[in-house]
Amino acid sequence: MHMMKPENEAALAECIASANGPLRIIGGGTRPIGDPVDGEVLSASGMSGVTLYEPGALTLVAKAGTPVSEIEDTLAAEGQRLAFEPMDHRALLGTTGTPTIGGAVAGNVSGPRRIQVGACRDSLLGVRFVDGMGRVLKNGGRVMKNVTGYDLVKLMAGSWGTLGVLTEVSLKVQAIPETEATLVAPELDLGNAISALSKALGSPFDLTGAGIGADGRAMIRLEGLAQSVSYRVQQLQSSICVGWQLVEGEQSAMLWKALKNLDAFSGQDGFVWRVSVKPSDAPEVIQALGTPRTIFDWGGGLISIVTDDPDLPVRDVVASLGGHATLVRSVGQSQQKPPAFHPEPAPLALLSQGIRDKFDPRGILNPGLMG
Amino acid sequence: MEMPAPDPRILARKSRIVARLRSVLPTDAVVEDEIETRAYECDALTAYRCPPLAAVLPATTQEVSEILKICHEEGVPVVPRGAGTSLAGGALPTADSVILGVARMNDVLEVDYDNRFIRVQTGRTNLSVSGAVEEEDFFYAPDPSSQLACAIAGNIAMNSGGAHCLKYGVTTNNLMAVKMVMMDGEIVEIGGAHLDAQGLDLLGVICGSEGQLGVVTEATLRILRKPEGARPVLMGFDSNEVAGQCVSDIIKAGILPVAIEFMDRPCIRATEAFAGAGYPDCEALLIVEVEGSDQEIDAQLERIVAIAKTHNPVELRESGSADESARIWLGRKSAFGAMGQINDYMCLDGTIPVSQLPFVLRRIGELSKDYGLDVGNVFHAGDGNMHPLILFDANKPGDLEKCEAFGADILRLCVEVGGCLTGEHGVGIEKRDLMVDQYAPEDLDIQMAIKDVFDPKWLLNPAKVFPLASSETRRIAAE
Repeated sequence: MHMMKPENEAALAECIASANGPLRIIGGGTRPIGDPVDGEVLSASGMSGVTLYEPGALTLVAKAGTPVSEIEDTLAAEGQRLAFEPMDHRALLGTTGTPTIGGAVAGNVSGPRRIQVGACRDSLLGVRFVDGMGRVLKNGGRVMKNVTGYDLVKLMAGSWGTLGVLTEVSLKVQAIPETEATLVAPELDLGNAISALSKALGSPFDLTGAGIGADGRAMIRLEGLAQSVSYRVQQLQSSICVGWQLVEGEQSAMLWKALKNLDAFSGQDGFVWRVSVKPSDAPEVIQALGTPRTIFDWGGGLISIVTDDPDLPVRDVVASLGGHATLVRSVGQSQQKPPAFHPEPAPLALLSQGIRDKFDPRGILNPGLMG
Repeated sequence: MEMPAPDPRILARKSRIVARLRSVLPTDAVVEDEIETRAYECDALTAYRCPPLAAVLPATTQEVSEILKICHEEGVPVVPRGAGTSLAGGALPTADSVILGVARMNDVLEVDYDNRFIRVQTGRTNLSVSGAVEEEDFFYAPDPSSQLACAIAGNIAMNSGGAHCLKYGVTTNNLMAVKMVMMDGEIVEIGGAHLDAQGLDLLGVICGSEGQLGVVTEATLRILRKPEGARPVLMGFDSNEVAGQCVSDIIKAGILPVAIEFMDRPCIRATEAFAGAGYPDCEALLIVEVEGSDQEIDAQLERIVAIAKTHNPVELRESGSADESARIWLGRKSAFGAMGQINDYMCLDGTIPVSQLPFVLRRIGELSKDYGLDVGNVFHAGDGNMHPLILFDANKPGDLEKCEAFGADILRLCVEVGGCLTGEHGVGIEKRDLMVDQYAPEDLDIQMAIKDVFDPKWLLNPAKVFPLASSETRRIAAE
């Protein structure tokens, strides 16, 4: 495959400024999510490397093409990590590349800790990017609190390369806690499982994970100082989580990694939906959809569904409750395929289009990817 | 700070504009006489004042929509106002503008403990949001110092922070959805009670846009269960460098306190004289607060104290009770009042990388001598969010200008060391002209392009955030 792979920001700006047709922007190419884009491939993976890391200030700045694994290794050497634990899409989507930090940011890819520390966008402190005219722009910075001008940092997170190509991202990072532990529920029906997760999330015990695996088992995660985790486990086991089984250390970590990466769905054919609703609506969604195969995260509010049915009315069900659904994996080349991203209400679609027209007046950056 | 000259054509049409506003609002919701509009002439940046053309106090989103439709048709600038506590002049009117105050819209619309959110009208004060969920032991996390008075509307406009944001994040990290009225009167809803609004992150752009993109009338906010308890430890050091190093070591050790507050000697002395909290007379003081059950707090404080001891503190005082905690916080909480007792002050909120703390404090000290104005520093050290308080005498000719020049130097210094002009107060008019020190013209241009999309006629709070020279062509073109 022919692809442009500039090695620095100036070269990238030149690529975009001189482009005379649509560009398909990729990072490591591991997250082919969105409606198909027909264009010359432009990879950001040539711009790589951690440019600044201050463990004492919990900040790291890296070029957008830096592999996520390289960042994780750099952080781990100082006992730190990315708080938002981005999902690795490779197993689910059958891709082989190397996930980049720019790709994770462009997709606002967040894992189980979303419920406690926020999404990827909440860890993002600053960005540099090249817009659709080839202008090099920056917003935010490398400090934790910054309200200087409009927050385009959040806007760039989750814009899937449609507003600009990220060249550098600045992130708030987190210390790896001393201990983690998971409590796994006995078999519960979905309503009771969600309700138990809600109760646990509404307790003072500061959960960092709350999901339901493919086996239907609800589970919660606690992290912190060893004394603190064992205290909270005890408190929960004697109140909300009576009879829940304690899983510790590496085994606990494996459970959350599998949940995050939807390991149970890898190798399973079919459409994969990611639905975001408020947790208490989850049972209704599942019932309305005829109990498909599911994995729940974010207290039940993030539902991953795998189905062979191209007509499963996911969006109709979600629309009636409030929320949205993304089709992250599709099957075949059907013309009838639903759009990957949930269609926006008309007034918001107009605002989004207005913003795209400003950032990319020629409409060449991943055109149509987000609908 | 310069403001654009009022448009004489708007001033000449005042009676017609007021009559139209009266036609859609109850009598007492339109304020237009010279005496009463004075109440809206400034916010907490009191050095700048200008009564508006009129002030309107809608009670519903529909009324806000009617008001904006009229102002849009009439081409009248609108300055949205929460509780008027902005330190940056975010709610400062011009003589040809209408102040739109949301103070009458303060209802709680929905509380959902299972899904952990509250939906409120945005005129509600920050503290009363927590108040509404207190009976179930929940709270709303962002805690600006003005939380007793400040409105959620203003918190969203400025993306407000607070002392406890080190752990819980600022407004944008706790905002799930808004109902917002566009300048042309259209009502839009963004986000919901689910996580992560769909599509482009418009919510993220609106939060912190200083009332320039729309008027937010309802907000869905994340609420959290209160921790079982919280307790601070106070430590005194004989140099700012050492205190700064201690902060960095605590963070590196993997302990995440909910707050790390820092005070320097001038501030310690002032608060001692004012509040008598019993602080040690030392160069730098830290208050570090942690949360959890009693035993969890003990475990964390034990580690923090061990780290502090490696830095030879001159004082180390661990709180053992609610009473002792209150005494430790007393001085910090009265710091602004104490400085205000000495003289008028200007409070800045530039943010710097934590590692630059000692250098920046030393440099501020030198600048203080150069300008001949005293300065006290009290700030959120964990996230590098400084709060230099520059003392000046408002009645002394030239003192305000000198103070502003000093402040500008400090903020430029913050940018030079890798930080930013404002961490939580917002740009408003106060830091507007310094934006060129942080951003290149094209960086400002793309921000202004966002405003072009939301408010093509540049009628919402038009003279804020961007240097007047940068926004001039857009403001004039839109007329």
